[in-house]
Amino acid sequence: MTDIRYLAPPTLDEAVSAFAAAQGAARILAGGTDLLVQMRNGMARPGTIIDIKKIPEMTSVTESADGGFWVGAAVSGAALAEHPRFGKVWPGVLEAINLIGSTQVQGRASPGGNLCHGSPAADSVPAMVAAGAVVTIAGPNGRRTMPVEAFPAGPGRTNLAAGEILVGFTLPARPAGSGDAYLRMIPRTEMDIAVVGVGVSLTMAGGVVAAARVGLGAAAPTVLLVPDAARALVGSKLDDAALNAAAAACSAACKPIDDKRGTIVYRTKVAAVLLKRAAAIAADRAQGKA
Amino acid sequence: MNAIDNKWIGKRTIRPDGADKVTGRAGYSADHSMPGMIWGRVLRSPHPHAVIRGIDTSKAEALPGVKAVVTAKDIVDFPLDKSVMLGIQDMRWMCRNIMAREKALFHGHPVAAVAAISEEVAEAACKLIEVDYEVLPHVIEIEDAIKPDAPILHDFVRHEGKPSNIATTMVNKLGDVDAGFAQADLIIERSFKTRPVHQGYIEPHACTVSHAADGKVTIWSSSQGQFMVRAMTSLLTGIPQSNIRAIPAEIGGGFGAKTIIYLEPVAVMLAKKSGRPVKMVMSRDEVFRATGPTSGSMSTVKIGVKKDGSIVAAQGTFYLQAGGLPGSPLRGPVGCSFSPYNIENVLSVGYDVVSNRSKVAAYRAPGAPLGAYATECVLDEIAEKLGMDKLELRLKNTAKPGGKTVYGATFGQITFKETVEAIKNHPHYTAPLDKNPSKGVVRGRGVASGFWFNAGGESSAQVNLTEDGNVTVTTGHPDVGGSRASIANVTAELLGIDHSRISVLIGDTSSIGFSNLTGGSRVTFASAMVVTQSTEKVIGQLKERAAKIWKIDPEAVIWDNGEARPAGPNAGQFPPLTLKELAAKANEMGGPIGAGVQLNTTGADPGFATHCVDVEVDVDLGIVRVLRYTAAQDVGRALHPSYVEGQIQGGVVQGIGWALSEEYLYNAKGQLDNASFLDYRMPVCSDVPMIEPIMLEIPNPKHPQGVRGVGEAPIVPPLAAIANAIHDALGKRFYSLPMSPPKVLEVIDAR
Amino acid sequence: MAKLHVTTTINGEPTEFLCDPSQSMLDVLRNTLGLTGSKEGCGTGDCGACSITLDGRLTCSCLVLAAEVGGHEINTIEGMAQGDELHPLQQKFLEMAALQCGICTPGVLMAARALLEKNPDPTETEVRFWLAGNLCRCTGYDKIVRAVLETAAEMRSAA
Repeated sequence: MTDIRYLAPPTLDEAVSAFAAAQGAARILAGGTDLLVQMRNGMARPGTIIDIKKIPEMTSVTESADGGFWVGAAVSGAALAEHPRFGKVWPGVLEAINLIGSTQVQGRASPGGNLCHGSPAADSVPAMVAAGAVVTIAGPNGRRTMPVEAFPAGPGRTNLAAGEILVGFTLPARPAGSGDAYLRMIPRTEMDIAVVGVGVSLTMAGGVVAAARVGLGAAAPTVLLVPDAARALVGSKLDDAALNAAAAACSAACKPIDDKRGTIVYRTKVAAVLLKRAAAIAADRAQGKA
Repeated sequence: MNAIDNKWIGKRTIRPDGADKVTGRAGYSADHSMPGMIWGRVLRSPHPHAVIRGIDTSKAEALPGVKAVVTAKDIVDFPLDKSVMLGIQDMRWMCRNIMAREKALFHGHPVAAVAAISEEVAEAACKLIEVDYEVLPHVIEIEDAIKPDAPILHDFVRHEGKPSNIATTMVNKLGDVDAGFAQADLIIERSFKTRPVHQGYIEPHACTVSHAADGKVTIWSSSQGQFMVRAMTSLLTGIPQSNIRAIPAEIGGGFGAKTIIYLEPVAVMLAKKSGRPVKMVMSRDEVFRATGPTSGSMSTVKIGVKKDGSIVAAQGTFYLQAGGLPGSPLRGPVGCSFSPYNIENVLSVGYDVVSNRSKVAAYRAPGAPLGAYATECVLDEIAEKLGMDKLELRLKNTAKPGGKTVYGATFGQITFKETVEAIKNHPHYTAPLDKNPSKGVVRGRGVASGFWFNAGGESSAQVNLTEDGNVTVTTGHPDVGGSRASIANVTAELLGIDHSRISVLIGDTSSIGFSNLTGGSRVTFASAMVVTQSTEKVIGQLKERAAKIWKIDPEAVIWDNGEARPAGPNAGQFPPLTLKELAAKANEMGGPIGAGVQLNTTGADPGFATHCVDVEVDVDLGIVRVLRYTAAQDVGRALHPSYVEGQIQGGVVQGIGWALSEEYLYNAKGQLDNASFLDYRMPVCSDVPMIEPIMLEIPNPKHPQGVRGVGEAPIVPPLAAIANAIHDALGKRFYSLPMSPPKVLEVIDAR
Repeated sequence: MAKLHVTTTINGEPTEFLCDPSQSMLDVLRNTLGLTGSKEGCGTGDCGACSITLDGRLTCSCLVLAAEVGGHEINTIEGMAQGDELHPLQQKFLEMAALQCGICTPGVLMAARALLEKNPDPTETEVRFWLAGNLCRCTGYDKIVRAVLETAAEMRSAA
């Protein structure tokens, strides 16, 4: 009935060629936790499936000499959790990636897939946005990079051009006194899609916030960077006034919808609550208290 | 029977079907295959409400690989003007539920089915079937369905003489409520809403069916009753029961929903038309969209009390969602809501409301939880207003032996008081609760009680000795949660032999006598009864054989600890004859040893439960978590305590889901919007604490081992217990379920 | 349509099969290889009833393409017992009645074994979160969690 091809190229160049050759009829397979569900319910009918897990660059986690990290697009959450250093430097990013689905899903699901799925509720994305991650993209015209927050284009859509593949994430080196955190609201304790998710990354110096980035998920058509919330935190000692201002900025940034997972009113309120809680955890981590 | 002397009854033995279930060998519904088997798929209505003007299946039939197509015209039609009942199921509705006839009544309603060489081909063929729909306005919620200008689903349904979506009304009455309320010092009247919730079994409906050239049909499927499968398939296909053999596969959960069928008659007709065995397996999406759930509800409960807390009158009005065809479990809320209490004046009224949703199926104590939710929340408020302890209020009003129930029965033994006292004296209820453990976190404790009728009914058993002196027991009841383990314990106890020598099986419809559904909390009660009687007959035969060997009177032989012995010195001096020895001599001494009993069992007295729960509320996010849960229930006699506890623990956690997170969500187009385990939020392992069961063993005098039904009562109290605990935490009352975070936060922020 | 030929190892046995490129591993296990111990409760990775390990990593077989497993090692519930000797988790589940209908049991056991291999001394909370992807509708999870904790304790004292 169907005439699907399965390819597992060993190099990125071959993957890019095959993907381009399929002229939009191909889908990239990393962990498959979204793609197989889409194929099952008829939302995806790829002519070619390109499995990228045999490409070393896309399944590796490496720490650079300056302390930055490369995370391949197809690295599974479980593999990332086993990296000896990553979770120590980016605990918020790791906890966000490890919130995607169950233990079983963790064995397969990748941050690259999470980003390419284009869901505004993707757990790893607000944390990556807060971390200032930059994505590397490869296509028929070579490689390019962009900040992670520029990648999503809307629900289920990305800014990948035709024939382009997400290769991986570069996380910047961390100054001393840095910490990050990601919190999401879900009705159950596990197995839900985020109703709202907030990632916060802070650098603290002498008890004062020296730098901050805030990512907000499930509150707008795409995951957002919230500069106003970050500005409210920078220069403060995370006193109530600063936290309230940042929380208000987070709520103000919300442009959510009413759907089966949450209401506009609820999401807007919760964004503020999570900002405060995530900022407190990030600050504790930055100051070595947690 | 003295519990202390028991060797097997009450022991936590290993279940007879256990090893197969932990190694993946147990055969469930979808695990059976046949040579030459093809696959069936169902085409379902994309509209919630539409007239079916015509169906053209020619393109589907022409697709290579397609072997048969079935529509409603292949299913026996039961005309609308004459009810044909099978148990509580009306075949007029069943035939229309398994295959839409005049109208599609909900999104997902089957309209045709295809059998083909693969599921993919069958699926593709379904897309080629052209259905000419005349789309009609739809109605989903009760409040909309009972409006005067609501779209009417069925022209033949009349309420108070007018076309209506209210299909039936049930009225139960005791005394005079008006006179009762006139005596009251305090009257509280509140209205409540609940959402439909799904039974949520992990095993989707599936079957494999063979229709042989001689017209003999074999069905492998899991259900809560292979005899129901046979009878319903027979009625809906016109094939006589004697030509149908229904083989019970292991069942992967049912909770009431597998007391009816969806696929089997369709698969039989596909098999008949194609001449090939047919397998059908529902997807999870289909399970949510087109099977179950239980009714959502709109209830009003009014209770009047004297200053001392004695209840003088109670009135309940319960509107239940039936789905697209009539059949809400009205008897649950109407009969159960007030039955734990001794109230002279009761009026309890239920309305069965049709709307464009999937037809409801039974779910654990059908309808009773939503009635108890209303009643037990009102009682909580009454206790608060009277300044009375909540359990004292219940103790003051417990129903009495000899008391008349609103549903017509007269109580015999009553064990409600004991469940209330068990909670009252339990360290959970008496422990202090830190109500504000940290900033933004509050805690509360709630209690509630519940009632379920329980049931007896038809059961059959056969107990046979094997030639090598061991025992096989066959019953006719699918085992949903360990009933084989209980039966093994009973048989071992009565025969006085080691548990490991007994094998317990579930017979198919051709190998064991008629046995009614596994449901109504009846199976352990009824099957232990017929197995006991069968085993006693076997013991009688064993004594006769020993008497024959010893050439003494059978009356002079006793059966003791697995051996026949002379009753006393006067009977003669003979060494005991073991079961093994007697089995070895069976054929020379008169033939094989074995006995069966078929009985319509009676004496299943009602079940009562009282629960206590602590919750914690995150006041900034509106999230409620259950911290501690204790459930007291009279279980009569726990033949296998682990599986009795399991029933209580499982029922409670289903209740927690119902109270906090589970609901059917429809979009504006009348389509179910959360037909997946991702968005239909059943509790996961990390959502719940340990559930502490208190098993009160007060033997039921009407049962040989004292068994009382257990499975259903545990889901009755949790909805109200949790609502009452949240009130204790927040000082706010909730009148609709689920108490999900957005709803809880809205109420918190309203202060 | 050309089927793919896949060579893999299942429960220690070299195994070959033909599959459609879009077929899930669960489908192949159940309908091609006759290994029906892995159950399909949802087909979307939400219930855990089809849990297997792939190169030792716990996953839902419904979310793995059969085409992907060439050269990899798969373990399923059918390989958990060694002959007639049940794995300690299987034995403990029987003794402690940690199953009712049993449909979720193969997946729960596979998940629990993966947990104990990684963390021989889990807390109750760790067990509960690890097993959050294995839905059980019968037991309320109580006896499952107790059986996992009890097995862990026994395996530690035996080690």
